[in-house]
Amino acid sequence: MAALIEIDNLTKIYDNGFTALKGVSLSIDKGEIIALLGPNGAGKTTMISIVCGIVNPTSGSVKIAGNDIIRDYRKTRAMIGLVPQELTTDAFESVWGTVSFSRGLFGLPPKPAHLEKVLKALSLWDKKDSKIMTLSGGMKRRVLIAKALAHEPDILFLDEPTAGVDVSLRKDMWATVRDLRESGVTIILTTHYIEEAEEMADRVGVINNGEIIVVEEKAELMRKLGKKEVVLTLNEPLSALPDALSGFDLTLSEDGQQISYAYVTTAKRTGITKLLSALAEEDITFSDLDTKQSSLEDIFVSLVEDAA
Amino acid sequence: MNFHGVWAIYRFEMARWARTLFQSLVSPVISTTLYFVVFGSAIGSRISSVEGVSYGAFLVPGLLMLSLLTQSVSNAAFGIYFPKFVGTIYEILSAPISFIEVVMAYVGAAASKSIVLGLIILATASLFVPLRIAHPFAMILFLVLTAVSFSLLGFIIGIWADNFEKLQIVPLLVITPLVFLGGSFYSVSMLPAFWQKVTLLNPVLYLISGFRWSFYEISDVPIGVSIAMISLFLAACLAIVWWIFKTGYRLKS
Ligand SMILES: Nc1ncnc2c1ncn2[C@@H]1O[C@H](COP(=O)(O)OP(=O)(O)OP(=O)(O)O)[C@@H](O)[C@H]1O
Ligand SMILES: [Mg+2]
Repeated sequence: MAALIEIDNLTKIYDNGFTALKGVSLSIDKGEIIALLGPNGAGKTTMISIVCGIVNPTSGSVKIAGNDIIRDYRKTRAMIGLVPQELTTDAFESVWGTVSFSRGLFGLPPKPAHLEKVLKALSLWDKKDSKIMTLSGGMKRRVLIAKALAHEPDILFLDEPTAGVDVSLRKDMWATVRDLRESGVTIILTTHYIEEAEEMADRVGVINNGEIIVVEEKAELMRKLGKKEVVLTLNEPLSALPDALSGFDLTLSEDGQQISYAYVTTAKRTGITKLLSALAEEDITFSDLDTKQSSLEDIFVSLVEDAA
Repeated sequence: MNFHGVWAIYRFEMARWARTLFQSLVSPVISTTLYFVVFGSAIGSRISSVEGVSYGAFLVPGLLMLSLLTQSVSNAAFGIYFPKFVGTIYEILSAPISFIEVVMAYVGAAASKSIVLGLIILATASLFVPLRIAHPFAMILFLVLTAVSFSLLGFIIGIWADNFEKLQIVPLLVITPLVFLGGSFYSVSMLPAFWQKVTLLNPVLYLISGFRWSFYEISDVPIGVSIAMISLFLAACLAIVWWIFKTGYRLKS
């Protein structure tokens, strides 16, 4: 089956000569949640804006369900809902007014039942008659999500949806996003919070300097690039590592109480057995053993550093 | 054609207007009344009549045009400038709606507002002077054509403006002087010969002249010329709008 979104060799050079995208290609399947990670200025918003029709591409193409975003813009845009990064709302409009506006703008006749469902799912129902300017930042963010969902899109772009949203609300929002996916919506989100990508996404794309460095299933990415670490808590503190252990890449904690050993989980030989027997030979005994999986965050940082 | 989309924008614009109905309607009505008091009564009492029409009545078409032009331009300019300024334009740009439909909605809304305003001013005027409209259809045609063309001009200004000063400068420094010098308060034939020629360069003259003709069958230039000029102006605005659409000027980077 062809991908739902097919981004092909997309470039963007802004009027001031700045190259924000350098030939980005990405395909996104129906029903997945993909997280785009990248530092400030990486080009995430630029890419989303092109797909949604807000920014003109310099070259390359984007197809949605086989339709070109420029030639068949009516078809493609009708399928997309966008939650922008900036909190831009009509201050004087009511919540109900603004979501009704969005639905109409996208060419659909009124359907109060749907809007009611969306507002309830986003805990905005009791605010439906409030003017937007009287809402808090987190509520405004949810109003933007409600607007994006008003026309029942197949694809939802969330550009940093949880920026400025508190922890409990963030969890609620993740649950909402999962429900949406359950109902068949394809979701593309950008975030700076790695835990968000880790929590939500099926796939993760890392963008830096206008290029996609890697796109991978989240689990695969973590398996491939993930390092594990064993931490041994010693019975007797060491002042220095004995020479016999110099063959291992070990680090001794400052108080001499812990030795840690990093290894790649996918390696044929992790070296753990050897390390343990070497420790036994040196009569180093330990009271505790702990292993840690490196997080997506560590992977991300190392990827971006490598690329720089 | 995205009817729901056009309707949504149109309604949004009309609702924005309704929220500020007082300043949108009452202030032009008050200023028109003042013009009548000052020009019509105070000065008009010394000018008996212009080409057989009492000076008060002679003023009506010009005053109406003055409000119609300035309000059309500033309404439409503000209508499109504001979403650009606060950023809510993203939604319109990402919607399955064509640029022409967007123009129709914004210009349609701005023109509707100034037509309503024009009719209210007309009603106000009828309290002061006996009105006679010789060609009601022509009058409505001029009203609508003027409202539409100048709303288009306003739309263009709203797209071009990247700050509030620019937004206000054109109505203030261009439109108002053109209307004042375009024969709103006098007949061109009252001017010295040289200034009569200069005045012919003012496009607004043709509008006011044609409009006045639809009331009293008196005009500074032949009615056909008036219609041709306003059509030309409309065409020029449409061409600029088309160019904006093609290039995405100041809307899309
Ligand atoms: N209109 C513009 N004109 C010129 N340069 C721009 C424009 N918009 C964005 N850029 C530049 O393009 C680059 C990418 O910007 P973009 O907003 O896509 O980044 P981002 O990945 O979304 O960053 P963030 O995480 O901060 O939101 C930045 O260096 C930015 O300065
Ligand atoms: Mg961004």
